[in-house]
Amino acid sequence: MSTEPVLLELKGITKRFPGVVANDGVEFDLKRGEVHALLGENGAGKSTLMNVLYGLYQPDEGEIRVNGKPAQIRSPKDAIDLGIGMVHQHFMLIPVMTVAENIVLASEPTHAGILLDYDAAVRRVEQIARTFKFAIDPRARVENIGVGQQQRVEILKALYRSADILILDEPTAVLTPQETKELFGILRSLTAEGMSVIFISHKLNEVLEIADRITVLRRGKTIETLPREGATQPQLAKLMVGREVLLRVDKKPAEPGDPLLVVENLSVLDERGLEAVKGVSFEVRAGEIVGIAGVDGNGQSELIDAITGLTKIQGGEIHVGTHDVTGDSARERLDEGVGHIPQDRQRRGLVLDFSLAENLGLHDFRKEPNSRYGFLFPARLVTWARRVLKAFDVRGGGPETLASALSGGNQQKVVIAREVERDPRVLIAGQPTRGLDVGAIEFVHRRLVEERDEGRAVLLVSLELEEILSLSDRILVIYEGRIVGEYGPDVTEEELGVAMTGGTREAAA
Amino acid sequence: MTVTPPAPAPEQEVVYERRARVYERAGGVLIPLAATVLAFLIGGLVVLITGHNPLTAYKAIFEGAGFNWFVPWVQGDERTEAARDLQQTLRVATPLMLTALAVAFAFRCGLFNIGGQGQYWLGFIGALWVGTHIHGLSRPLHVILGIAAGIALGALWGGIAGLLRATVGAHEVITTIMLNWIAIFGGVYLYEGGGPLQGSVAALPRSDVLDGSARLWIIWPAYLHAGFLIAIAALLVYYVILNRTTLGYEVRAVGFNPEAARYSGIGVRRSYFLALAISGAFAGLAGAVDVLGFKYSVDTSDFSTNFVGFTGIAVALLGRNKAIGIFFAAILFAALTTGTSSRQLDPDIFEPALATYLSTMIQALVIFFVGAEFLIVSVWGARRYLRARPAAREKPAL
Repeated sequence: MSTEPVLLELKGITKRFPGVVANDGVEFDLKRGEVHALLGENGAGKSTLMNVLYGLYQPDEGEIRVNGKPAQIRSPKDAIDLGIGMVHQHFMLIPVMTVAENIVLASEPTHAGILLDYDAAVRRVEQIARTFKFAIDPRARVENIGVGQQQRVEILKALYRSADILILDEPTAVLTPQETKELFGILRSLTAEGMSVIFISHKLNEVLEIADRITVLRRGKTIETLPREGATQPQLAKLMVGREVLLRVDKKPAEPGDPLLVVENLSVLDERGLEAVKGVSFEVRAGEIVGIAGVDGNGQSELIDAITGLTKIQGGEIHVGTHDVTGDSARERLDEGVGHIPQDRQRRGLVLDFSLAENLGLHDFRKEPNSRYGFLFPARLVTWARRVLKAFDVRGGGPETLASALSGGNQQKVVIAREVERDPRVLIAGQPTRGLDVGAIEFVHRRLVEERDEGRAVLLVSLELEEILSLSDRILVIYEGRIVGEYGPDVTEEELGVAMTGGTREAAA
Repeated sequence: MTVTPPAPAPEQEVVYERRARVYERAGGVLIPLAATVLAFLIGGLVVLITGHNPLTAYKAIFEGAGFNWFVPWVQGDERTEAARDLQQTLRVATPLMLTALAVAFAFRCGLFNIGGQGQYWLGFIGALWVGTHIHGLSRPLHVILGIAAGIALGALWGGIAGLLRATVGAHEVITTIMLNWIAIFGGVYLYEGGGPLQGSVAALPRSDVLDGSARLWIIWPAYLHAGFLIAIAALLVYYVILNRTTLGYEVRAVGFNPEAARYSGIGVRRSYFLALAISGAFAGLAGAVDVLGFKYSVDTSDFSTNFVGFTGIAVALLGRNKAIGIFFAAILFAALTTGTSSRQLDPDIFEPALATYLSTMIQALVIFFVGAEFLIVSVWGARRYLRARPAAREKPAL
């Protein structure tokens, strides 16, 4: 790999914003045919650096060299002309247009110079897709294809414009594990064809899987560039965070008490009216974490919604403590002591346009002293919020800051703070660390274990097997709406993996 | 624990927070203001093209709206005249404030209430009926009853749309537009020849004039009635409901993010219903104060010439759904109306017919520029925006 020529060099890049140095003399280079990962926590300066490279920012100091020649990149157009393509975290596609139309947009093949030659566009897209071993239907409408496919369209867009350097900004954040695997397959065939990829991420396992070299950024500075060979997760985490990070959660054995959440023979229909949860029974006792492992879409969301009262159930019963909450509304269940950390904090956990104080009060604004006789006392919410934010070490703003201004990790702290401060008996956590960086994950995990030790019953639903394994005292595997297995904390990832894909049930049958 | 560099000192953080809020508020004022100025500039250009002097035209509108009353050296007859003009401006502004609130309140719940016009008519008809069919009440009681009827019928009309949205999910834009037409043609039916509420003169398609005891007090003779104070009280009520009650909190939560509201056990459907009913109440109140304040009766032709409910949409937009913003936006729109009405404007300065078009054009331009805010921001400030945003994101602990 080291014999390959250096394609791109960033030398001493410094970019200042008022009050902060986002990039401080960053060094980075990219060789032909490699995947070079840019690793760092949220706010480490990864995106700034890539925006400099893509011409969205001008660096205050430093030099960019492409193919050994100094390059002035003043706009994305300059970047594209130099063969640099970028796939942003949020796709820039036109939903009503087809895949091919999106890809050729702005440089369409034409009939007589004015009419779009659609067939030529489709042929061209098919040809590129074949070269790089993509599976995609050029005639499908973008709005009808999945997120993983949309990402391929973005990559194809860059390839269509003859990019040979591809920047991927946190590409796996929106993907399922399966889609991630497919993406990695695509990246391998791209590099095999001589393309170079800059892969931005804060997920250690992914970086170790796909990258040839890894550059770690911390607080705007290049900490180290190292080859993948010999790199380990704890080593990278330490470089990233600047101190030892506990990747394994430190916890005592559980001391389970009485069952606090009892689910009996629960059946739930999904949005299409199909049975998504089929007669599930389990219990979660005080002081234990029960993990529900499964591949996405096997009834986990419906199960959570049913327990929290957000969806009607088809049959079965749900008890919190000794109280039957089956017929209760979401609000009544909250008051009965069910805390809920939703799977999608931005869409469901927070009102992003509300202040942090208003978000923290979302469940209890009706109660004294927050309100009386229907009148709300915002100042009291603020005072209370100030204390809670401090207790949970939420950074990036005060009670009156809008939730949208916070980083993902801090947003999640706000959600957790709100749920935990109500002293719930049952805490349901749906993918509580999705999209968070290492430091924030550590916080969330530690907090969940603390809540367990406080005597709450914690139900953890996660797609991350690692998370399930490191936190759970008992593990249930859900497959096609049924609980197909129960395991102790010592089960191996392989065993769970087999069960999650229906292996056990077939073996039993 | 997110590992970040040492957070700024708490005092520093509070300062940043305050500064951010000041910027946010300043932006909220600046854009409507800039839109208005821009609209007047372009309007002036048009006046110039038609061969008139824009400055004299604007001066005439300014005086026609009675704003010269605030100028200390305007005295004598001129001052009396100015006072009368100003009273009319405020009288026109009154229902605009209320119909704008009808749009704004629904909007804060994420709903687009186009039904202000119909809700206005329901309130108007209800209050008029109380004024013409109930007799012998003391004045305060009669007035209160009339207003209550207006509010109730307006709330009913808004509530129907709310109920449809909450139960079967019918989109409020469609239903409120349909309800507008039902109200308008229903009104014509009620008062036309042979209609159930037609007045005592059989030849005229109009109502009777309501009793003196049902009329609102005149607070600034000759024109300004107590409805103006009621509208200001309604602005306060709007602010208080929205920001100081649990209901307003729910409405805002639903408006910003219905999904998160639902996750917190807030009744989203209930909020939709209540928001539209309360919106309707504001518009109904507008109709009530109009009829009890100075119209006193209705003619079937009024149903096709009165657009106060629709103008309210523009006022709410310009006022950014804020109580104080709506107050000033309503006065601006009212001033453009009275300032260019043929009675006030000297035909030598500007042809009256053209003047009305000028004011309509300025109103339209104001709305266009407020609406084009996103366009302006994206074209004009795109680079700055791009620089500022990721900066905030990259900023370690702020």
